[in-house]
Amino acid sequence: MANEVSVRNLVDAMGLTVLIGKEYLDDKKITTSDISRPGLELTGYFNFYPKERIQLFGMTEHAYANGLTHENRQVVMDQLATDQTPCFVVSNDLDVPLELLEIVKERHIPILISKLTTSRLSSNMVNYLEARLSERQSIHGVLVDIYGLGVMITGDSGVGKSETALELIRRGHRLIADDRVDVFQKDEETLVGEAPAILKHLLEIRGIGIIDIMNLFGAGAVRDDTDISLIIHLENWSPDKQFDRLGNGEEFVKIFDVNLPKISVPVKTGRNLAIIIEVAAMNFRAKTMGYDATKVFEDNLNGLIQTNSKKD
Amino acid sequence: MEKKDFHVIAETGIHARPATLLVQAASKFTSDVALVYGEKSVNLKSIMGVMSLGVGQNADVTITADGADEVDAIAAITETMTKEGLAE
Repeated sequence: MANEVSVRNLVDAMGLTVLIGKEYLDDKKITTSDISRPGLELTGYFNFYPKERIQLFGMTEHAYANGLTHENRQVVMDQLATDQTPCFVVSNDLDVPLELLEIVKERHIPILISKLTTSRLSSNMVNYLEARLSERQSIHGVLVDIYGLGVMITGDSGVGKSETALELIRRGHRLIADDRVDVFQKDEETLVGEAPAILKHLLEIRGIGIIDIMNLFGAGAVRDDTDISLIIHLENWSPDKQFDRLGNGEEFVKIFDVNLPKISVPVKTGRNLAIIIEVAAMNFRAKTMGYDATKVFEDNLNGLIQTNSKKD
Repeated sequence: MEKKDFHVIAETGIHARPATLLVQAASKFTSDVALVYGEKSVNLKSIMGVMSLGVGQNADVTITADGADEVDAIAAITETMTKEGLAE
């Protein structure tokens, strides 16, 4: 986890109310997606206090803190509010113990309030932080959403990736990123791709220059990010290279810990790549839904061969 | 024109995988290469054509090649047939 997220980003993304510390939102950084619920710490046990995490107060912490004496509350709140603590978050719109308010004002730690329940808020924050903090890898290619399937088009420079993407957009599909796709792993088997902020919605076409897809084609033609399901690799056609003829070749590319299926498509004059890619995406969907045309054909063929064999 | 007869010995006949290999072998040559099975003849460079025949075990087929590299084409296809244990 090399990145960090400012508390302001968290406030904006989660729609939190800032009770205290508006002026420190940019300085306070979150470096881990783990969230701490400091129940045990409230009892005075601070041996393993994860102070660099967001401290989340829910019903339990609130009720327990209310049962403490004023002096005890002062002691534990003083230990909770460290220099490394990025912020305190309180769920269910609960009120904040006065002792905590006083100490965070002194130590410049923001307190944020949410209407959501603790588990809901916690899972939202973890998802958001994991997406923002996870390691990223930049891949040379174009990411397009085709019938809801994230398809990464790769290939050498000048093979026609952007031009193909443009044709796909014309046909009603959506652009996520052109030229550089930033990829991170969302969970064990999911990769997400997005455009670097500066390149968002832009496409570069040789001879025209940079075009803004959102501006030219509208909001329906773009997407901010998508799960990547398939890689389509464009390759200049060469007589020496064999391409998959039946559609039963299984090729994979490993990005982080995820194996993505890859299809190599030869590029040759007279082949409409956008339609080929569109059909490849549909066929891939059909396969994931349980219908494999190649498999069905092979079974039929083997049946025919058996019938023909018996004659002799 | 070059010609060679084969007797299919493979139990599974010319199914999808060997069909692909034969087509790959034939496609390397500029000669017109055909597979004759019964009264049907198909282009050996067309995978769907070859598979449509459903050639089974014990079938007799003929490979023909016509063009500048016809001799090499027949040799390459014979090699594939033998190597894959398809036909003799």
